[in-house]
Amino acid sequence: MFSNVMIDKVLPRFVRQTRFKHILQQTKPWCNNVNTKIEISTMTDMKEPSFMGLQMNFTDKLQFFNKENYNALPIFRILNSSKQIQLPKEYEVNEQTLTKMYNTMLTLSIMDKILYESQRQGRISFYMTSTGEEALQIGSAAALTLEDIVYAQYREAGVLLWRGYSLMDVMNQCYGNHKDPGKGKQMSVHYGSKKLNFVTISSPLTTQLPQAVGTAYALKQSKTKSCVACYFGEGAASEGDAHAAFNFAATLECPVIFICRNNGYAISTPTLEQFKGDGIAARGPAYGIHSIRVDGNDTLAMYNVMKAARQFCIEEGKPVLIEAMTYRVGHHSTSDDSTRYRSDDEVAQWNCSLPIGKFRNYLESINLWCEKQEQESHDSIKKSILHAFTCAEKELKPCWKELFTDVYHTMPKHIKKQLSSMEDHVNEFHEYYPLESFKST
Amino acid sequence: MILSKLSARSGITSVSFISNAVNGNTWIKNGRCLHFTYHEEKNGNGNGETKKMNMCQAINDGLRLVLTKDPTAVIFGEDVAFGGVFRCTVDLQNEFGKGRVFNTPLCEQGIAGFGIGLATIGVTAIAEIQFADYIYPAFDQLVNEAAKYRYRSGGEFDCGKLTIRTPSGAVGHGGLYHSQSPEAYFAHTPGLKVVIPRGARQAKGLLLSCIEEPDPCIMFEPKILYRMAIDEVPTAHYTIEIGKAEVVREGDAVTLVGWGTQVHVLLEVADLVQEKLGVSCEVIDLVSILPWDAELVCKSAKKTGRVVIAHEAPLTNGFGAEIASTIQEECFLNLEAPIQRVTGWDSPFPRVYEPFYLPDKWRCFAAVRNVLNY
Repeated sequence: MFSNVMIDKVLPRFVRQTRFKHILQQTKPWCNNVNTKIEISTMTDMKEPSFMGLQMNFTDKLQFFNKENYNALPIFRILNSSKQIQLPKEYEVNEQTLTKMYNTMLTLSIMDKILYESQRQGRISFYMTSTGEEALQIGSAAALTLEDIVYAQYREAGVLLWRGYSLMDVMNQCYGNHKDPGKGKQMSVHYGSKKLNFVTISSPLTTQLPQAVGTAYALKQSKTKSCVACYFGEGAASEGDAHAAFNFAATLECPVIFICRNNGYAISTPTLEQFKGDGIAARGPAYGIHSIRVDGNDTLAMYNVMKAARQFCIEEGKPVLIEAMTYRVGHHSTSDDSTRYRSDDEVAQWNCSLPIGKFRNYLESINLWCEKQEQESHDSIKKSILHAFTCAEKELKPCWKELFTDVYHTMPKHIKKQLSSMEDHVNEFHEYYPLESFKST
Repeated sequence: MILSKLSARSGITSVSFISNAVNGNTWIKNGRCLHFTYHEEKNGNGNGETKKMNMCQAINDGLRLVLTKDPTAVIFGEDVAFGGVFRCTVDLQNEFGKGRVFNTPLCEQGIAGFGIGLATIGVTAIAEIQFADYIYPAFDQLVNEAAKYRYRSGGEFDCGKLTIRTPSGAVGHGGLYHSQSPEAYFAHTPGLKVVIPRGARQAKGLLLSCIEEPDPCIMFEPKILYRMAIDEVPTAHYTIEIGKAEVVREGDAVTLVGWGTQVHVLLEVADLVQEKLGVSCEVIDLVSILPWDAELVCKSAKKTGRVVIAHEAPLTNGFGAEIASTIQEECFLNLEAPIQRVTGWDSPFPRVYEPFYLPDKWRCFAAVRNVLNY
């Protein structure tokens, strides 16, 4: 903003001209005697630069810096394509956690299929799947504790499932029935849970990033040994709020983990049209942020990176940036047909190496999973999803008067008046409103 | 730094130049003028101890009370650490530490978003936007996020502990970007509360209310009043109810509605009308823009039958339009003349033309005369 420059001018000038005319007059003779001669410094050139805020050397070589003299950040991964994987000791995860991870990934992927279809049938109004990004979500979520606070974009339902959000909770929100804590006010997939420290999702992209930084600052001040995890897509990273958040997190030293889901597309826009640099991770060091790029399709890599990030964050009280490389296998949303902007071949290529399969290979290789378990799990998950779905569908929507609540903590007079006028109207014209789908009180 | 020297001096100087008034306006050498006379607020809130303070000092005093009483409270924004470019946060960092009063990078959307994040976890977040003219980069965070946090989560999350303070309004020579009054943009946003004080005493009470209010609040502080508005300010803690207007002068012929600096213009107009036309005006300080006190305004309009609304912001879609339309609806049978709006023109806020842009007392006086002659 221009303000910094102007303040020096605006304020004193105002003060002078309105109230301190005498000061102005006193300074006049001084103005005429101002010495405008420029003295040549007798000091010899400094050997070391002493510009404010940076440490650097002088160079006599005229050289611009770009990709040509810069090595792209590598992608950290643990699970490679070979069948037999020897895991370094420090990356091992206990068996119980591994099974829970896989089950949650499976749940997420089956739930996505059923809810996507239900939207196609017009039973819910909107949906967004996580296909291809299950490893990223579950791997990272598993490294957090419930005390850590999560801010998400919208493609992170897996994180919620991991934290204990039930299928019933998912369905109630998607239907916006009276059991939805959000009271049916937001679009589907805009989940939130106070109990699970998962801040309610909102549609405007990237707004959650500077908010996550603020929350992290508060956690640090209160000296709790927890951090904030904040998810966003590579498209969202182009918003001004991302810049704001990275810079605030670094300068104010906030324990926040930024997790970028770089899945190649923002709706139809490929990353080639989103940025020209070395992705998102490379921006981190420019802000003074600890940064890493990871294979987002590798559940174990994701888990271990997140675990290390969390530890660093809390111990150092500083931010971490993780760029998780993945691919958005599904459409952007139920309102999008991705065949219009990308080839079937491209999708097919990723479809045959889904992260969920990769993780299952690993579990099978260490004899933690088998075809029989797969079938059983699959059937029982499908059953509970359909059950939750049917239950949620039967529930009434909240009372329509909830439209007016929670705008403010206490309903102000003018809103009360509007509520009462709508009540009169609905009484008179009740047959033209879908009252039968809504609770009466 | 010249700025701090001048502003430190300005804090202790009384309003003595008014005696130089020519034709009721104080004309300064190069053609600038101060378009109003400050009316000190004399009635106390109770019998507690008071101290003469200007608006900066009153705000500083309020902030100090909050930091003392509420150990979570933090103050942040651009340049607040050294005391703020208007000196409202002077000494607070020294007293309460760098963790609680601190500079942020120069980025308004960041400041607002950061504040929301603090508030959602229950921290009292007091953010400063250096000039209201620069609040627009934070518009998305304030309108789409802060205002809708509670609603969209069904009350599970809220950022009620967020307060934004920002200097606004004309200052004599601020030009396009140091003079704006953007309250109407925010008045169109359910979920926010918006207040504007007219003096030192009100500023402290409203600030404390905003901070304690369980909804996100924006306080626009008329910057021209920072040093000029000197009141007897209670040193103790007190609040002023948000959503309540105040009758600052009773009258029976015309209702004058304004807020912030404009209230002082309207008080002068009332004197002028009494002197030249021999009738009395009722002057109402709206205080709170959202929610606003329609009840009190309409009660006055029913009594007088004539209303003039004045604000510095441009006419079209200014908050005066909302007031006028409500009065028309509620007081149709009582109105003796069309409601008049005297406002800034529908132009950006100009520099050298400021005396012709502002709804000064002569333009307000002309409007009052017209409604009386209608």
